[in-house]
Amino acid sequence: MGEETPRTRTIAVGAIARVEGEGALRVTVKDGAVQDVELRIFEPPRYFEAFLVGRHYSEVPDIVARICGICPVAYQMSAVHAIEQIFGLRVEGALRDLRRLLYCGEWIESHALHVYMLQAPDFLGYESAIAMAKDHPALVTRGLRIKKAGNAIMTLLGGRSVHPVSVKVGGFSRVPSRRELEGLTAELLWARDAAAETIRWAATFEYPDFAPDYTYVALHHPDEYPFNEGRLETSNGLSISVGEFEQHFTEHQVAYSNALHCTLQGAPYLVGPLARINLNHDRLPPSVKQVLAGTGLSLPLRNPFHGIISRSIEMLYALEESLRVIERYEPPPVPALAVTVRSGTGTACTEAPRGILYHRYRVDGDGVVREAKIVPPTSQNQGRIEQDLRQFMPRLLNLSNDDAALACERVIRCYDPCISCATHFLKLEIQRGSGT
Amino acid sequence: MGVFKFASCDGCQLSILNLEDDLLALGQALDIAYFPEASSRMEAGPYDIALVEGSITTAEDAHRIRSVREQAIVLMTIGACATAGGIQALRNWADVESFKQVVYPSPQYIQSLSTSTPISGHVRVDFELWGCPIDKGQLLRIITDLLAGVRPRLSADSVCIECKRRGNVCVMVAKGIPCLGPVTRTGCGAICPSMGRDCYGCFGPTEGARTGPGMPPNTASLAHQFHQGLQLIPIEVVRRFRGINGDTESFKRESESWEKKM
Repeated sequence: MGEETPRTRTIAVGAIARVEGEGALRVTVKDGAVQDVELRIFEPPRYFEAFLVGRHYSEVPDIVARICGICPVAYQMSAVHAIEQIFGLRVEGALRDLRRLLYCGEWIESHALHVYMLQAPDFLGYESAIAMAKDHPALVTRGLRIKKAGNAIMTLLGGRSVHPVSVKVGGFSRVPSRRELEGLTAELLWARDAAAETIRWAATFEYPDFAPDYTYVALHHPDEYPFNEGRLETSNGLSISVGEFEQHFTEHQVAYSNALHCTLQGAPYLVGPLARINLNHDRLPPSVKQVLAGTGLSLPLRNPFHGIISRSIEMLYALEESLRVIERYEPPPVPALAVTVRSGTGTACTEAPRGILYHRYRVDGDGVVREAKIVPPTSQNQGRIEQDLRQFMPRLLNLSNDDAALACERVIRCYDPCISCATHFLKLEIQRGSGT
Repeated sequence: MGVFKFASCDGCQLSILNLEDDLLALGQALDIAYFPEASSRMEAGPYDIALVEGSITTAEDAHRIRSVREQAIVLMTIGACATAGGIQALRNWADVESFKQVVYPSPQYIQSLSTSTPISGHVRVDFELWGCPIDKGQLLRIITDLLAGVRPRLSADSVCIECKRRGNVCVMVAKGIPCLGPVTRTGCGAICPSMGRDCYGCFGPTEGARTGPGMPPNTASLAHQFHQGLQLIPIEVVRRFRGINGDTESFKRESESWEKKM
């Protein structure tokens, strides 16, 4: 596709596949130099922040889950923690552990999906995991089985893996027995070994030499690898409480995108597994560190293509953490703490598979939502994706139109953009021309 | 087979990938020729089966769904958005211009219709699969039926029937929780009452699941019970029916009738 003249060149590729979302990439090249990179997001807006207003707080976890079918737990977790802050509730002990376990399930499911079905086909040269399975059936079957183990955790705790139903303010509508949880153990043990195998396998891929200078942002907790709690920390030394998020991070709109861009003091930054590992590697258990060391990679990981490795590492961590939670589980005295409604504003940030997810709610004395603000990870990474493409493009200018476009697609896929949260369906367009 | 996405959360497409044990067999039984979320290969139509996720919320999508219809022999909607407009159909009771102003600082850049409508509001639909998300077992059964040349049929029962079969204690009778199970179609496995909470209607009303006199769900009776028996005030009754499938005929009628009592 595309057309060429000696001085101007336009490349338009139909759609970037294996991402969730609708948008387009437009790259303008003038006299051999990259002028503009615009990630244009066409995902039709669904206005969650608007129609949450007027709903009862108890409905919020069911509603916000529908922002994303891939990471509904993240939305539910950020929502309940923000609302619990308003009501002065602290969910601790076994209930807190079960929330971590549920989140582990989502990380395992989401990361296995991305590693095996979305990104690995790029490295092995296939259009899809289904096509890859014809030559590598054992590999794809392994990925699907790890993914299924994550889904099994979510189904046990939440009733189903897509839009689980048990999460509520104060805890859960139902908690499992010890015996039910132990039923997961055998498969999780298998998946743990398969995840370690995945890291070793992913480390053998050939990676482009590319290391942008990132500002990483992630939660940081004194004792744990972060899911639901912690301070927000950045690789350039900022450490703030979640309540200060909006003083440092600002959302702004660009004409070409339906997703708001978020910047840290005016500059793009990176959230997600790479950022989490770089800022929290000392919170990983020795067994995970050991597998990581075995790959020969050194920290910090700076190559976005290593996203596949960082997801594999977190998959292993989430499996180990799941086993740890199950091992020490004693059912809580009640499935959910009693709630006393009061008016106020609450904020929370949790680590979605793709990075920090910030929520703020204001509710009135009847428990009705009066204001909602949601900042998803992909809108935070948007600016960074554009900047990476700008830096990566020069080495692609000698490639054919189709090959350059394919290479850009691969860069975008590194971020596992959750385009349901921000975008849907990427169409890539590269304009090449001379200066005017 | 082609898989197409409109305004949605991707959860129903993910349910296809969640088939896990059966996914590779499915890929062998039929040629998945267009499924951008899972594959870079994007074959042009015609398609024997088109699965459609998501609702119509932009003028461009209203145009695109007609082109999908033209290329498909069997068009099947998957999920609440495609089948009933989805949670984003809550805008249908609101002023979308004011919604834009809540979310975007420069609302003039945003192209969006004032409504979110199901696929059947735009083109002929051959089969509808309900649920938010769909049940992957139901999806597999229907595709298997189509491959075998059998007309797909799904149970028309309400969630209550399935809930009784599972041996659950009724959450409404025993705990006084306002449950939509009596008016909601089955298919989920009655998971909400099984998890100790109310059904919130994500598989949609039982209307259309059966034909014949007296078959639409008796939402009026259930709403009356919520109000009289469980002491819900009218706004709470409205919220019960105005959720994920709020823009379906019977749920919409019920929520609007209680809105007048607020």
